[in-house]
Amino acid sequence: MNSTPLDHLIVMPILLPLLTSAIMLLTSERQRTAKNVVSIATILAVLVIDIILLLRIVAVGLEGAPATRAYLIGDWPAPFGIVLVSDWLSALMLILAATLALAAMIYATARWERVGPRFHALFLLQLMGLNGAFLTGDIFNLFVFFEVLLAASYGLLLHGSGEKRVKAGLHYVSVNVLASLLFLIGTAMIYGVTGTLNMADLAYRIATVPARDIALLQSGMAILGIAFLIKAGMWPLSFWLPRTYAAASPPAAALFAILSKVGIYAVLRIYLLLFGEEGGWAINFGEEWLLIGGIATLAFGTIGVLAARSLAGVAGYSVLISSGSLLGVIGAGRGQVLGGALYYLVSSTLALAAFYLLMELVERADARTVDLIDGEPVFDDEETEVRVLEQEESEIGTRIPATIAVLGGGFVFSVLLMAGLPPLSGFLAKFAMIDGLLDLSENIAATSWWLIGLLIVSGLAILISTTRAGIDLLWTPDVNKPPLRVSEAAPVGILLGVCLGLTIFAGPVMRYMERTAISLYDREGYIQAVLKVLPDKDRAST
Amino acid sequence: MELVLALAIGVLTASGVWLILRPRTFQVIIGLSLMSYAVNLFIYAVGRLRVDAPPIVGKGAANPALYDDPLPQALVLTAIVISFAMTALLLVVLLASRGLTGTDHVDGEEEGE
Repeated sequence: MNSTPLDHLIVMPILLPLLTSAIMLLTSERQRTAKNVVSIATILAVLVIDIILLLRIVAVGLEGAPATRAYLIGDWPAPFGIVLVSDWLSALMLILAATLALAAMIYATARWERVGPRFHALFLLQLMGLNGAFLTGDIFNLFVFFEVLLAASYGLLLHGSGEKRVKAGLHYVSVNVLASLLFLIGTAMIYGVTGTLNMADLAYRIATVPARDIALLQSGMAILGIAFLIKAGMWPLSFWLPRTYAAASPPAAALFAILSKVGIYAVLRIYLLLFGEEGGWAINFGEEWLLIGGIATLAFGTIGVLAARSLAGVAGYSVLISSGSLLGVIGAGRGQVLGGALYYLVSSTLALAAFYLLMELVERADARTVDLIDGEPVFDDEETEVRVLEQEESEIGTRIPATIAVLGGGFVFSVLLMAGLPPLSGFLAKFAMIDGLLDLSENIAATSWWLIGLLIVSGLAILISTTRAGIDLLWTPDVNKPPLRVSEAAPVGILLGVCLGLTIFAGPVMRYMERTAISLYDREGYIQAVLKVLPDKDRAST
Repeated sequence: MELVLALAIGVLTASGVWLILRPRTFQVIIGLSLMSYAVNLFIYAVGRLRVDAPPIVGKGAANPALYDDPLPQALVLTAIVISFAMTALLLVVLLASRGLTGTDHVDGEEEGE
């Protein structure tokens, strides 16, 4: 295979946000319009590149050829150098991340980018970390990109400051630093036993580990797994999550909707790659933990949603429900079910992000006084004047007529999506997962029944608690029509529109997801694609 | 040598965990720092301990057994930088929390108030 200039596109989702965020740091905070335009343009460019990457994979993959592409950074051969890998799953996750980022960034231009300094730089760094985590082909770089995206998320969480955010931030940062330490310990143990950190090389060597080292390798994998599951929000490692997400500003929270999915992505990638159906001790290692942990998370999320008294609580526990469903389904077994799970991953992430954006708009109607900045600013340097300006300016802006109709419509849409009721993609996703679970074997295990039951009950719980909140917020006679800008309603529209698209084109989308599931089970294909790729200098000589 | 390193890692981790479980923010940060030192030493140890062996292989070197494993050193270097940055960030959050709440309790309020 000859290399083409298009091959180099794979580094752009990482480089482009990094460069732009560096420029953002150098320019003055007063250049607001320019910064907004550049940010949105960057995210759009990343989205376009992601779509090109996806089309390239689909073009090859539909003909049955292995669609996994590895890119050697610095032209060092695979197990020694750093590789970036794009395949069905990473292309999907990249597009999901860019879509969320686009919606959140448009939303932020209405007012949120002004409530604290350096919002754009942090936001783009977060996108860079996400993209890097989805593209990287070795565990240590996964760690580095995790740290990049976490460091940016700490900044975004504190964006807007205020006592609530700082208090939540302290716990969030501490828990995640601890998780990162576990990640490092796991990585080190795996390196100590196998002598490699490249995922493909690891999958290849895992069968050849001598018997006396297996226990050590298994402990390393387990510690690494715990680090991923902390990020994925599995109960009981997730007690901090609903409160933290509730404290974040809406655009940050919308982007956080994909943070827990990074943990799920890492589990999918590493667990399915390393532990196949064949090969001694590695047969489905730790599967029952994912299943039981998923069920526990789902149960905890369901109870939490029922107990939640605010929309933020409902949204936070819905994140856990989404994580729990995915982990449970991944652990329940192999086969068709994974395609449904991936569809659910996309649909639920978009719905949650839309809900986080909508939440503040709906509550603004209720609170009537917009509590933009609570408490004294903490990371304040050049912002004070801008802030005063902002408060005078907040009266200006196009108002949408019939605000409540727009808000109510969006609210109903996102609740239908999250609860998994027909006719939208949330229902199709749940249906595909349950159908897959029932198809797994002749005798359906008791745990599968529990999982199916909880999948259905959790939807009911979300419906009950959002209805309760919706009656309070939307059905009361409207005293003051809350201001609502096009730039705030549009991103919610984008996210819900994508979900609508997922519903209408459910057939092709499901085929893509099923193809992704097949490629995830194809361990040999991934290993070959990464380890057999030749550096350019060798390619020229042959 | 192995015993000294193992003891160092063990003592650092134990002290770190004890400090993390304390209710004061500063102790939590010191605890996290101690634990990251322990983890860094641990990463170094998984590359097998060698004394007086260079990690950089010169031109024409034939026997890799004479050299130290360079990868753990690269990993430790990255890990140190990252944990340093995280500690700095946590310190800023600590100061913010102290300034906003007037206490250094991790929950932002003293018990019994």
